[in-house]
Amino acid sequence: MSGTTLVPPDNVPEGGPMIKVENLTKRFGDFVAVDDVSFDVKKGEIFGLLGPNGAGKSTTLRILSTLAKPTKGTASIGGYDIVKDDTDVRKLIGIVSEKMIMYDRLTARENLWFFGSLFEIPGNVLTERISELLELVQLTKWKNALVGTFSTGMRQRMNVVRALLNMPRVLFLDEPTLGLDPQSSVEIREFVKKLNRENGTTIIVTTHTMVDADMLCDRIAIIDHGKVVALDTSANLKRLVSGGDSTILKLGVANLTADLLEALRTLDCVRSISQENSTHVRLIASGDDAFDRVIDAVRNRGGKIASMENLQPTLEDVFLHLTGHEVRDSADQKIPLERHRRFAAPQRRVR
Amino acid sequence: MGTKATLSHSFRIAWKDILELYRNKFGLVLLIIMPLFMMAMVGFIYPTGGSTASNLPVAMVNSDAGFHNSTVASQTFIAVLQQINSKTDMMKLTTAVSAADIKNLIQEGDVEGGIVIPSNFSASLASGKQGTVVIITDQSNPQVSTTIETLLSSVFNEMSTMMAQQNVQALNSTITANESLAIVQPYKVQTQGVVPGAPNYFDFVAPGIMAMVVMMSVMTGLPAAISQEKEVGTMDGMMVAPINRLSIILGKTLGQTVRGLLQGLIILVLAVGLFGVTIQGSILLVFGLLLLGVFSFVGLGIVITSFAKDQQTATMLMTTLMFPMMFLSGIFFPIQQMPWYMQDISKMLPLTYASDALRKVMVLGAGIPDITTDLAILIMFGAVMTAIAVPVFRRMMTR
Repeated sequence: MSGTTLVPPDNVPEGGPMIKVENLTKRFGDFVAVDDVSFDVKKGEIFGLLGPNGAGKSTTLRILSTLAKPTKGTASIGGYDIVKDDTDVRKLIGIVSEKMIMYDRLTARENLWFFGSLFEIPGNVLTERISELLELVQLTKWKNALVGTFSTGMRQRMNVVRALLNMPRVLFLDEPTLGLDPQSSVEIREFVKKLNRENGTTIIVTTHTMVDADMLCDRIAIIDHGKVVALDTSANLKRLVSGGDSTILKLGVANLTADLLEALRTLDCVRSISQENSTHVRLIASGDDAFDRVIDAVRNRGGKIASMENLQPTLEDVFLHLTGHEVRDSADQKIPLERHRRFAAPQRRVR
Repeated sequence: MGTKATLSHSFRIAWKDILELYRNKFGLVLLIIMPLFMMAMVGFIYPTGGSTASNLPVAMVNSDAGFHNSTVASQTFIAVLQQINSKTDMMKLTTAVSAADIKNLIQEGDVEGGIVIPSNFSASLASGKQGTVVIITDQSNPQVSTTIETLLSSVFNEMSTMMAQQNVQALNSTITANESLAIVQPYKVQTQGVVPGAPNYFDFVAPGIMAMVVMMSVMTGLPAAISQEKEVGTMDGMMVAPINRLSIILGKTLGQTVRGLLQGLIILVLAVGLFGVTIQGSILLVFGLLLLGVFSFVGLGIVITSFAKDQQTATMLMTTLMFPMMFLSGIFFPIQQMPWYMQDISKMLPLTYASDALRKVMVLGAGIPDITTDLAILIMFGAVMTAIAVPVFRRMMTR
């Protein structure tokens, strides 16, 4: 990308902390959305905020991008305070929101021109930059088409390049692959990586998809109920689970019942358990005799083991291990159990 | 950040809004149709003169028993009544059998009212008493009964005058008809307006409707536009840009004002072209007043936007406020007709002053010096509301 930038210097040396977050708290009435969160993001890093919906990821992002004010605590980006120097911060950042920041009734070019014109970019530079950005995401052909007629994938690409108009030093991505087909997701991920590699842009991305976090991020902060429960590289986080004597088992039981599930849950070697479907259970167990004890427990209850796998840990396991519940249903563990019981009843009657 | 940058950003936001409006063809059509409906409604349904009712079906019974077998008095009455009616075509007279018959006819909806000449009509007149005529009215339709009453009283008036004239001429045969009229009715009223021509009800309402539509358009449009951008998420796009928060409201207001003025212009064209309204004052002043009206209102719109959580709430809040304003600002009914407490409320609404000033300019051809009070109040109202609105809006934006 070419053109003069009027972006203020970020005053951060290579590898230094681009974003500093200290004791950040955000309350909405009695609800604490972000609870005393502190972390640093290094310059040129891709940093992930991983957690279920409602964990406080988006709120953290909104505070950092000056869209919301913290109740307590401070944060700075490139040395500028997000509350006091908000205008300087805004010059440094770009945000790809979960919602598309785009007017359906304007064309791709008009949209980019409008948002670009809100930054102090000279007209000729902006024109050039818009065509470069459209080319970058292969939308040049559609530059004069109304954004309302675009597919979801095209819209998300537009949404991303819109955030790049001011050539931000820090880019915030809020659930960038939400609702996208696998191919579009890959495209967005590749694009973000390229941006980070070629421009040295510092990137913070929130996601609840493990794949995104795993494939994209240099470091990941796992957030649950507004708190950072772990912060490390993906590999180190996984070592939390598989290290030492932990085993991840995927157990296929043909006649899986709620009783059986409860029996497994109460085993003292089982650290956490989650039901994947009506016949499969995923559990993290500890101890050398974990295999034997789990198998015994199932057989003692008349369970028929159909399959058994020893798995490599995923970030999902890390999350389960750290929080005791799954990413996709943070609210209540009992819900899948209840559902299972309802499924089981008619089966017995058939027999 | 400089004023120039703030203004330039707000122009861009306004331009974006206008472009969006222009692309929304259906919305554009509605934008034109709304004032059209408004005008047609008011222009055709509301009475355009003092007496609009025509050809009201009215039944009449002459039960006059006469005086010495002469019913001249009642015959004369009927003749005069018919003569006046044939000039104005207010009533369609039919003959009924009795007072009871008339009541039946009214209940069945065949006639709107009835006139009964009682049996002692001639006798009373001949014996020096007043002649009474009974009007049977349909209580469910007070307007019609008022019309009949007005008509009959003018018949009596004319008859009384005629009889008095005859009496005077009988006393002194040298007096001419005109001279006798001067004796009987020494006073006569002649109505003269400030401007030539006969203004109708429409001249009265058109300026008010213009003021109302422009302000309503901005007042409902602004909260809707801002909360829509908040809901869709595009507001964040503007919020993360390094621009003054003020330019966002300014730009949005500007866009909505253009929309409102466009509607005002449509009304003006319709009023002049279709309803024969003449503009006595300067058109520039008319638009200047509309702009000032918008300014006086916009603060209120912004405050409401800031408090409403979503677009629906904002629109509902706005409508709730707009409705009483429509009726209390003297647009359709003169404020002077209202009870004192309603008049007091009316005096607190900026729309009252905007429509008053606009009316003076459009109907009476007033200039700026004639409407200084209205102008001062509008400017004050706008300044106070804006002073409240701006900090409220700023706080709302970064919650």
